[in-house]
Amino acid sequence: MATDSVHIISDLCALLQRYNKEGVELTGPTALSADLNVASVEIMDLVMEIEEKFGIDIPINLLFDVEKVDDLAKLVQDRMGQ
Amino acid sequence: MDIFDKYSMQMKRHERVLKMGTDPFGVRMGRLYSTTEAKVNGRRTILIGTNNYLGLTFHKQCRAAAIRAIETKGTGTTGSRIANGTYGTHLELEHIIAGFLGRRSAMVFPTGYQANLGMISGLAGAHDTIFVDADSHASIYDGCRLSGSTIIRFKHNDPADLDRRLTRHNGQGACKLIIVEGIYSMVGDTAPLREFVEVKRRHGAFLLVDEAHSLGVMGAHGRGAGEEMDVEDDIDFVVGTFSKSLGGVGGFGASSHPKFDMLRFCARPYMYTASASPATVASVSEAIGVIQRKPKLRRRLWKNAKRLYDGLAALGYDICSQYSPVIALRMPSEELCFVAWNRLLELGVYVNLAVPPGTPNGLCLLRCSVSAAHTSEQIDEVCRRFAQLAEELLEEQSRVVA
Repeated sequence: MATDSVHIISDLCALLQRYNKEGVELTGPTALSADLNVASVEIMDLVMEIEEKFGIDIPINLLFDVEKVDDLAKLVQDRMGQ
Repeated sequence: MDIFDKYSMQMKRHERVLKMGTDPFGVRMGRLYSTTEAKVNGRRTILIGTNNYLGLTFHKQCRAAAIRAIETKGTGTTGSRIANGTYGTHLELEHIIAGFLGRRSAMVFPTGYQANLGMISGLAGAHDTIFVDADSHASIYDGCRLSGSTIIRFKHNDPADLDRRLTRHNGQGACKLIIVEGIYSMVGDTAPLREFVEVKRRHGAFLLVDEAHSLGVMGAHGRGAGEEMDVEDDIDFVVGTFSKSLGGVGGFGASSHPKFDMLRFCARPYMYTASASPATVASVSEAIGVIQRKPKLRRRLWKNAKRLYDGLAALGYDICSQYSPVIALRMPSEELCFVAWNRLLELGVYVNLAVPPGTPNGLCLLRCSVSAAHTSEQIDEVCRRFAQLAEELLEEQSRVVA
């Protein structure tokens, strides 16, 4: 599985499509809450899908600092490196 | 910028709800005719969403005990447990709970919410990891956050997913605490505790089970899901509430761990809050005796649950779980859920309106909870009113489609 940030962002954007109700363009700087209106409970469900795809665990207390897709990608990369 | 700007999404949603009819957060219980009927927003209404599983809120002996306690000990303790708020009756109630559950010790909290907050934040620390079922109650999540632990969420009721995550976690951090619930409050399903216990043993973790909705409801003696599934010895910590089957307000934690009572000096939600009122302590002490002496209440509860479940299933409602005193009907959309809930209230039936974020997986639910105190006639009447609702909803849908 690709572990570089470009591929991770691309995978994350694919998973995010389901939550992208208003058809916003998805890129690294896209903000999950402010741009996509993804509610905090939906982010938890999204994280479950991300964990499944990458075979990692993302502690939910690390999500408090996640604002953008880039932040999520960095978190995934960090967790894959562990 | 206004300090409430951050709630703009919630405000818009609330405005949308208000336009659809009665405010679900503005329901006013007027006169209570019994445990199962009240005047709601001015109309005589059958209550089928109160979590009053055994109907003990008006039990003669519980009321008498509470009144006696007020007369002899006053209306409040005006202090925390570690200051002036420990009365002899608090210790007696803890002794009664420990005895009932067959545990070495129990601690009483002023609410069920605080019981989870105190137990979880007291047990797990910054270097520990908590594995929490995805569909856990908000009080469990808040307790996890307060603990400062690493929090890993596993798929709801999925021991294999928990096992995978514990395997990946292998060797990291200090202790591992798994948290599940006996009966899940929104959907009414039950945790597969036997399978969870096997996983717990394999990984050397601790297990906490929140029996809020299962205490007094499951098990031959009413001790909860742990008793029903014969795994009590493998459950390290039990949390429960007084505000459901016990008909009071408050909560508890219980355990046989020899150092459990250290939490009295380490769990801040226990230490820095006023203790439970004398009336509450007295009524709950009595209520535990009632559920031990009267197993027929539990039998009646399940009989009623089956009657309502079968009635609603026959009407074609989509029920989320197997037989349970919590019967949650899945609605196809939030809008229809509000419409149906409003209409039920007009028809004189109170159920809980349960929508995200209070529900898992974006579910929109009409949540019923059955009581042993419901009569067969009341349940049949509720089913008749649900039948009327179903007809109206079908008409509404065909009108929209046409």
